[in-house]
Amino acid sequence: MNDSALSRRKFLGLAAGAAGAATLAACGTSGPSSSGGGSGSASYWSLSGPPGQPYRQAAIDRFNKANPKSKITATFYQNDDYKQKIKTALGAGQPPTMIWGWGGGGLKDYVAADQVVDLTDWLSQNAAVKDKILPSAFGAATVDGKIYALPVETVQPIVLFYNKKVFDKVGVQPPQTYGDMLDLIPKFNARGIAPFSLAGQSRWTNMMWLEFMLDRNAGSEVFNNVFAGKANAWSDPAVLDMLTKVQDLVKNKAFVKGFESVVADQNADQALLYTGKAAMMLHGSWSYGIQVANGGDFVKSGGLGWMNFPPIDGGKGDPSNTVGNPGQYLSIASKASAAAQETAKKFFSTTLVDDQEKAGWVKSGGVPVLKDSESLYTGDDAQFLKDMSSIASKAKVFAQSWDQALSPTAAETLLDNIAKLFQLQVTPQQWVDNLNGVIGK
Amino acid sequence: MTAFAPPAARVRRPTVRGGRSGVTWMALPALLMFVAFGLIPLVGVLLLSFTTWNGIGAIHPSGLTSWRNALSDPELPHALWVTFEIMAISWLVQTPISILIGVFLAAFKRYRGFLAVLYFIPLLLSSAAISITFKALIDPNFGIGAGLGLSVLKQNWLGEPKLAIGVLIFIVSWQYIPFHSLIYQGAVRQIPATLYEASKLDGAGTIRQFFWITLPQIKYTIITSSTLMVVGSLTFFDLIYVLTGGGPGDSTRALALEMYQKGFMANLMGPASAIAMILVLVGLILAQLLRRLGGRGDESQLEGV
Repeated sequence: MNDSALSRRKFLGLAAGAAGAATLAACGTSGPSSSGGGSGSASYWSLSGPPGQPYRQAAIDRFNKANPKSKITATFYQNDDYKQKIKTALGAGQPPTMIWGWGGGGLKDYVAADQVVDLTDWLSQNAAVKDKILPSAFGAATVDGKIYALPVETVQPIVLFYNKKVFDKVGVQPPQTYGDMLDLIPKFNARGIAPFSLAGQSRWTNMMWLEFMLDRNAGSEVFNNVFAGKANAWSDPAVLDMLTKVQDLVKNKAFVKGFESVVADQNADQALLYTGKAAMMLHGSWSYGIQVANGGDFVKSGGLGWMNFPPIDGGKGDPSNTVGNPGQYLSIASKASAAAQETAKKFFSTTLVDDQEKAGWVKSGGVPVLKDSESLYTGDDAQFLKDMSSIASKAKVFAQSWDQALSPTAAETLLDNIAKLFQLQVTPQQWVDNLNGVIGK
Repeated sequence: MTAFAPPAARVRRPTVRGGRSGVTWMALPALLMFVAFGLIPLVGVLLLSFTTWNGIGAIHPSGLTSWRNALSDPELPHALWVTFEIMAISWLVQTPISILIGVFLAAFKRYRGFLAVLYFIPLLLSSAAISITFKALIDPNFGIGAGLGLSVLKQNWLGEPKLAIGVLIFIVSWQYIPFHSLIYQGAVRQIPATLYEASKLDGAGTIRQFFWITLPQIKYTIITSSTLMVVGSLTFFDLIYVLTGGGPGDSTRALALEMYQKGFMANLMGPASAIAMILVLVGLILAQLLRRLGGRGDESQLEGV
């Protein structure tokens, strides 16, 4: 029959066309994803979930309402997924117009690859924008003296959360020192309550312990040397001492049973705390918003307590020091079209620094990176916000989280070895040797 | 329905001469797909393994640096060992169970047909969904053990290296045994009934029939199914990634995970590509070995029937 020959040719054509199109799509390096919409449309990627997503979406909505011609489209991903997604998009040459991040080592890689726009001149021309943001937040946005990202959202110190109800039940007081913490471990274990909740599979959660223990033990100098790329910087005896202490905690069953498979993205570690299965948890201040959202009336009824990590007896570190995220960061992709970049800058200079933005982040339970937000600390969250603000502002050193400060290559080795340390698969000395091997990489 | 050409028209078409060219032509779409999505990326990965690239910047050719980096990493033999461990144990667990279930389901009885449908359900679920569900079920604090108050089930399933491997293999088996049972069911149904009738006359019981007729007759099916299991276990990624993330420590970090971690977390695309090539090589060698093991494909299993 005639039409069978026709369909054969058509089919072949289709097949070749499909293969060709696929190859083209795979090879495409130049189409910024922003070119899809109308002129000046920009794209924005960030993290999903509480407490941040609703306020990020609100900012986008506010901007789109005020600028119907140059719209921003937002896409949200889970924390660990986002880190991979953004890398793949940048590598494929198709990043979103606005790249959300944590600054530090990751941003440095983007800068080295020429992926992000230098905002130094723009910020000096728009000094009013810069003046609205806490100066301390710009450190992690700066690479070689130039600013490549706008600090946004909240200041997030890491604090020790505790369940007051569980402390009352067992009849003990919150720890004043690291020694107190050690004394509490057997008391909670005896009552079948885990002393500390920990999301071990996420690894950066374990890292928070190392950060505080090293800082309280030896001050911020040791990690600064690592950050500066000095050879064998991890070989400081204080590091070995800290690592041994961490392994002692593991051996003494300080952490909840099964912590190795708990994932922070699913908020399972916080659930352990607010359900009373664990007594304490070291976590970023954003955890407060999650516990408010997921914990029923736990926070409202005064069940949640918090404090800066207690001092270690005999330690050299300043007990006011803290670790965490001095802010979150938005960069502009250099591959984005000029019109899209303009839209992003407009978003930066209007919506992201307006009063609604500030009020929104306060409402989320966070301390905004925007100045003069103290007057907004009212209602149920007032005490928490005041405390976080005072921890952040009184800290002699507000160190950036290690995995964000270091390059992704060094951070991966760090996290890998931290997971093994908690599993007792490496000795403190092996840990030090492995980490010395990637300093400056 | 009438829009389709009547089958009779198609039957008439292939003549003796046209038949062969028709067959070659039919391989073309598959070949095109294979070249576009199989070969070209493979060549790309091979080329990448001789470069240094962080995934976001420029690609620098660097000779054998990435290979040296990948091969000297103590994590590589460890990952190979974990991969082999998962492969071997899951084969040992899955094969006997699949054969037994397959033989059981092969009998033409209605209730077994119903069971076959039930058995098939795990295969319909995605690995990621299965991992998340099992992870929640076996969680020592919120899982089924804590819920029912059964301390036997309150083990630290994913926190102890040996238990974690065990859980992994249990879930893999739970998911894939139905598939392999289905293959075996089909194979057993192909065995001529005359063989069983003859052996019955000679006085063989069920067990002897199983070992002397069923097993030899499904030899090629065993090889096919084993190839699928062995080569398939090289690519377990989603399951492990969601379930343990390679942990505790690096206890379940198989080759595919090691590659992902190197490439997408540590931004070392060169060494990650080298690991990918090793993965391809191991897969090819294993598949070839299993084919050899099967002997010549042209010998008859039905001689004398």
